[in-house]
Amino acid sequence: MATVDQIGTSGRRSLLSPEGWLAALARRSEAVVIPVGALLAGLLVFGLFLLTQGKSPAEFYALVYKAGFGTSFSWQNTLSRTAPLLFAALCVALPARLGLVVIGGEGAIVLGGVACGALAGAVSGMPGALGIPLMALAGGLAGAVWIGAVGALRHFRGVNETIASLLMAYIAIALMNHLVEGPLRDPASLNKPSTAPLADQLRIGDIPGWDVHWGLALGIVACLLSWVLIERTTWGFAARIAGGNVRAAQVQGLPVGRLIVGFTALGGAFAGLAGVFEVAAVHGAANASLATGYGYTGILVAFLARHNPLAIIPVAVLLAGFEASSGLIQRRMDLPDATVLVLQGFVFVAILLSETLYGRLKIFAPERWGERA
Amino acid sequence: MSDGDLGLWAIPIAMLGGAIRVSTPFLFVSLGEVLTERSGRINLGLEGTLVFGAMSGYAVAYLTGSPWAGVLAAAVAGSIFGLFHGLICSLPRVNDIAIGIAMMLLGMGLAFYFGKPYIQPVAPDLPSIGFGWWSDLPQVQAALRVNVLFLIGIAAAIFLWWMFRATRVGLIIRVVGDSTDAARAMGLNPAVIRTLATAAGGAFAGVGGAYLSLFYPGSWNEGISSGQGLMAVALVIFARWNPIACFWAAILFGGAGALGPALQSVGVSSGYYLFYAAPYVLTLGVLIATSSPTRAVTGAPGELSITK
Repeated sequence: MATVDQIGTSGRRSLLSPEGWLAALARRSEAVVIPVGALLAGLLVFGLFLLTQGKSPAEFYALVYKAGFGTSFSWQNTLSRTAPLLFAALCVALPARLGLVVIGGEGAIVLGGVACGALAGAVSGMPGALGIPLMALAGGLAGAVWIGAVGALRHFRGVNETIASLLMAYIAIALMNHLVEGPLRDPASLNKPSTAPLADQLRIGDIPGWDVHWGLALGIVACLLSWVLIERTTWGFAARIAGGNVRAAQVQGLPVGRLIVGFTALGGAFAGLAGVFEVAAVHGAANASLATGYGYTGILVAFLARHNPLAIIPVAVLLAGFEASSGLIQRRMDLPDATVLVLQGFVFVAILLSETLYGRLKIFAPERWGERA
Repeated sequence: MSDGDLGLWAIPIAMLGGAIRVSTPFLFVSLGEVLTERSGRINLGLEGTLVFGAMSGYAVAYLTGSPWAGVLAAAVAGSIFGLFHGLICSLPRVNDIAIGIAMMLLGMGLAFYFGKPYIQPVAPDLPSIGFGWWSDLPQVQAALRVNVLFLIGIAAAIFLWWMFRATRVGLIIRVVGDSTDAARAMGLNPAVIRTLATAAGGAFAGVGGAYLSLFYPGSWNEGISSGQGLMAVALVIFARWNPIACFWAAILFGGAGALGPALQSVGVSSGYYLFYAAPYVLTLGVLIATSSPTRAVTGAPGELSITK
């Protein structure tokens, strides 16, 4: 106990001196500098890749800026793509705090959207204030059941959650195709099989004065609430313990099973909400447009944010900007549409590679500043 | 002779033929994954390797006019992906499952990027051998037209089984996979051996991809693989890391994958999306049946992160 006290008091006292501030800053900055550095390294390697293809990286990044963040129109495009990414990233980040790698958020998005589209017919007579929450509930529930089942399989049967969640995403997409082309198909949708279009009062509108639908605001609120849940509640504390060491958590009597099912179900509910907004605010009906890969980009967002819900917000905006610029890059630079996917791949590998640097760089460890290299 | 003469018999015959056709990529990817996992590492990125192998095999076969040059190119590309995966995972604190996801994304992105010009052109197919000469039925003849790669896959499964069982290399891989400490005590370098095993496993997955684009379905497009690489990883658990069992599991999964097209060929059209989901449901069912929350899976390499 004595040693603990010593570290505590010396740490507090040294904060008053300039060197103390520097040391505290160095310790704190590790969690920011390494991921940002990895992101830049990934972008740099992608720039070299473009050079080997005879394209100009400067032109590429200038176009990304212009199409993603340059004008109010491009911001609007970027922010509408941000909303589903926020939810999809939470579906990865929440289970990740328990040590689970869940990558099947796409399945929950798709089923959330289908549940919303299926219920829309039944509630078409209701006012929006009643119908929209009901649709959101149905979509969230569908996603929660889908990803919660992955967590339950993990805990009660020991099934690997990474493989199981991706398999269930494929099953969800097959289910959607079956429902949208079969039982739920609107006979009027000829070229693109869809559910019946939502009644006007059930459509989710824009945030006043923003030209961006309410999904963005709700996604940010979801990120803030998730941060509070993880960092400021006993459940979040218990989850972090279980994520660090399951055995220790079980010895302490923590309800590991309930935590795993609860966190995966919550993540799935968020992903399901992404599907609800895609249907009710963007497409107006559930169809194959639901499976456009937001769930997979969400994995990258969560890993870049190191599973911190607050960091998810800026990272999601950044990656949404890259995706929003895809069309302009294809037209102006004559690059294939998979270019953004290659970029994401390089950034993803770079961010995972950077994991090896934590705790190994002396600049972030003031107590080792005196040592020789 | 028309379908009508065979009646419902057309379904099992189409499924048998389909199982042989569809199983080959499962077989190659799962053999590669067995090799990697036996050394104590998991490569979830084989889905990306499979897709990149399909693209590079198709492109090289089209450019050279030789399908076998395509297969070779796919194997080389796959081993480069595997080598990269292996080297990254050798660094401390790097999560091999997460790297697998990233490599899956990168492999697919690069395949779609470089594969764009090859969606239209037609590359030469791999040759196949007809084992159905004894039958007058065209359906049976079609079902038993077996691709040479399928036979190579069977040979590779037997070879790997023998290698793990009776050779020095096989023993070294098994030691590294079961205990890093024991391997070090024997003077082996686990990181090097795992990296080489991952590279060799990647080559197998690349060949599996070349089969997809050069024989069945036999063209290159962005939807060529829908999770076969990932299902093969699950299949390895089911096969208990035994190459011979991988062969039977691949046939089983191939049959499940052939269910949708077989039903469609006899005119069942309603709900066929659900039948297309059969391999995924089967994989999930097999995972649930073979996993256990309390004990390690029998036959699992001791150092494997996925079963610990």
